[in-house]
Amino acid sequence: MSTVPLTAPARPTVVYRPAFPLDPKRALVFAVTSGKGGVGKTFVSANTAAALAKRGLRVLVLDADLGLANLDVVLNIYPKTTLHDVFTGKATLREAILKAPGGFDVLLAGSGLVEYSRLTSDVRDQFQAVLHDSMLEYDVVILDTGAGISDVVLYAVSLADEILLVSTPEPTSLTDAYATVKVLAAQQGRRTVRVIINQTLQPGEGRSITTQLQRVVDRFVPALGSGPVMLTHVGDVPSDMLVRTAVQKRQLLFTAMPGSAPAQAIAAIAGRLGDLVQRWQAMRAAG
Amino acid sequence: MLIAQSGYRVCDDPDRPKDYVQSVIDALCDLSSRDPLTGLANRRSFSQLMEQELDRVARLGDDALLLMIDVDRFKVINDTHGHNAGDAVLKQLANRLAACVRPMDTVARFGGEEFAVVLPNCSHSYAMVVAERVRESVAQTPFQLPSGTRLNVSVSVGGAFAPQWVRSDVSIWVERADRQLYRAKEGGRNRVCLEETFDTVVTTEEKELLYGALNFAGLANGHVAMADQDSEADQP
Repeated sequence: MSTVPLTAPARPTVVYRPAFPLDPKRALVFAVTSGKGGVGKTFVSANTAAALAKRGLRVLVLDADLGLANLDVVLNIYPKTTLHDVFTGKATLREAILKAPGGFDVLLAGSGLVEYSRLTSDVRDQFQAVLHDSMLEYDVVILDTGAGISDVVLYAVSLADEILLVSTPEPTSLTDAYATVKVLAAQQGRRTVRVIINQTLQPGEGRSITTQLQRVVDRFVPALGSGPVMLTHVGDVPSDMLVRTAVQKRQLLFTAMPGSAPAQAIAAIAGRLGDLVQRWQAMRAAG
Repeated sequence: MLIAQSGYRVCDDPDRPKDYVQSVIDALCDLSSRDPLTGLANRRSFSQLMEQELDRVARLGDDALLLMIDVDRFKVINDTHGHNAGDAVLKQLANRLAACVRPMDTVARFGGEEFAVVLPNCSHSYAMVVAERVRESVAQTPFQLPSGTRLNVSVSVGGAFAPQWVRSDVSIWVERADRQLYRAKEGGRNRVCLEETFDTVVTTEEKELLYGALNFAGLANGHVAMADQDSEADQP
């Protein structure tokens, strides 16, 4: 129990509480989320993971969409051992972590986890334990969350240090992304959300969309004690037929077509996120 | 002495010094956790309790409701009838609030004329009933002032549920309930406003401003079709 000061400040200051101690040796945890499904969340997670791995970082992608993810489809790996086996004690964490084609590690939920779509205390504890145990072995952990703003998604995001919000320029996708920002601000007191716009059609589009999102947030999302929510544009992934080709061939675009425009865009995004990891590590090491 | 003033009984048997020290500690703990005027939990002990409740809800996912209660036009009461009258109102109000919630609920004086109640395990369907009962318990019967005057007093009530399953912070919870309290005040006082759920509804107004981005980026339908053709042409 923490102590409460005798004279509480007139306006409470909300500081987001990180889920795990800020140990410089532990991974920086990103949650990739979107609101709407089918905007390329898993595509961004997997390819960014590959790009971060190429920069020499140790990366783990954790399937946080318990039971409904298609990370296995994107990566074309169908493991015998999954998160489900770790939860039920049939396998150790090490046994369930697999090498993905992009040079990073991945822990898949497996479709047997549908029963976990209702978030119980046990599932939360187990998930948190898995994250806790794997954290010290990596520089980056990416939580690939599910679509929507369900309990499971909000919980997974609450464990992350950083939020990567993926949206397409489509109105429906933007609306859901905006709704996600609203809920995360109200529920978790989140102040910083990093935005990636997928399937853009022209340069600068993502930046202007982010600016516009920020305007709507400034106007309609009430700033809690912590102050206003800040959206940061991380990058765009241009719309490209090669993405579809890669998905159909079950290849990871970043490794299969490294010269393509979307792969280069992913590399740029990974560059910015890599800097973030470095800064974070340096800051934590300095105390 | 401070402890005597609090009305707390201290063990005065000279042969039992340990009991004396323990009773003084107990008395001081009690003093430090209560509001001297109303005897309710003070802000400090209340914050601790809220923190525990928040952690419990985060883990168990049950429903915990926070009500923020503010006396309407309290300044007028003080200015017109004096501070003694104001204090009398606060005391009677404390008793009424404590009487209309369950023993497991905690009523606190949050500061000034603002009170708060935490109701653990209070289902969403009862929230409005409870909050209305609180409001009515004040508005229904006039308050008795020391001068003998009977005074009609009302309160505004704002409420919000603790977020389930996720890590959160007490001040966010308070602020959400506070925001509902302001709504109740703005709406004319002597009323209850509860936060329905997390605001996931995106209004037309919000959408209009949001879609400004699309126009800005020049994404009329024609552009989309053309861009699609372009990228197909790029295919190897």
